[in-house]
Amino acid sequence: MIQIVFALVSGLLFGAGLVISHMVDPAKVLAFLDLAGDWDPSLALVMGAAVAVFFVGYRAAMRMDQPVFAPHFEIPDRRDFDRRLIGGSILFGVGWGLIGLCPGPALADLTLAPQSVLLFVAAMIAGIGLFHLLPKPAPRIAQAAASGAVDA
Amino acid sequence: MEQFTPLSALIGGALIGLSAVMLLVFNGRIAGISGIFDGALRLHTRGLGWRLAFLAGLFAAAPLLALIGNDLPNVSSGASTWAMIAGGLLVGFGSRLGSGCTSGHGVCGIGRASPRSLVATATFMAAAIVTVFVSRHLLGA
Repeated sequence: MIQIVFALVSGLLFGAGLVISHMVDPAKVLAFLDLAGDWDPSLALVMGAAVAVFFVGYRAAMRMDQPVFAPHFEIPDRRDFDRRLIGGSILFGVGWGLIGLCPGPALADLTLAPQSVLLFVAAMIAGIGLFHLLPKPAPRIAQAAASGAVDA
Repeated sequence: MEQFTPLSALIGGALIGLSAVMLLVFNGRIAGISGIFDGALRLHTRGLGWRLAFLAGLFAAAPLLALIGNDLPNVSSGASTWAMIAGGLLVGFGSRLGSGCTSGHGVCGIGRASPRSLVATATFMAAAIVTVFVSRHLLGA
């Protein structure tokens, strides 16, 4: 139950950060991505500040035996580069660059400017649904061996 | 560079970082929006409550800021219906296939120096920059 309270506050802070930094505005995001246009470096400072705070907080958290309200930390531990990581990131980047919206701002915009993001969010949900129709990847060890044989 | 807003960018970014630290320290979770949203959509029996609570907070942020007197930013998009559909599909599908988006890979992953997230972030940044260049300067959309 207490986890729910902290998740709510965390979501609130996240949304506030997106609104205050104006990252909820696709035009602001596109102005960063448009290096050849009237370039707006704001997004780099948003990301830089967020990364710096998380870098310090993550190091502090890793000195704890466990999270305050959960039995253990759930942190991704994969270190391999597979085609899904690269291909997925390319597709995501193309979609992001096409509109200037990624999942956080798109969802936060549902209460800020619903009419301008409704279609995008609906399509995003459909995209997530399409992903789940894909066959699940082979177990990690077999996959690492196979990609080693094909790619390297 | 007339639209450059360094102060609000730094404050907003620090809040996003703080949000991710909170979720990690208290709940042991990474604040990756695409993953949280996906889990909530699939109605995960385990962890559905905190995911919905996080999303509720995300939705409540703009109305609450307006309530305490903050000016809310304009949200402007000149994208066509088809671009919106294509963009949404690509963002939804791509972020799940690549196991993360700007928050999970870009903020949390880079903050913990994950090699996968560094590669993912460099890849989607490059793809987005190329897409904007092609759509704005080559096709003139």
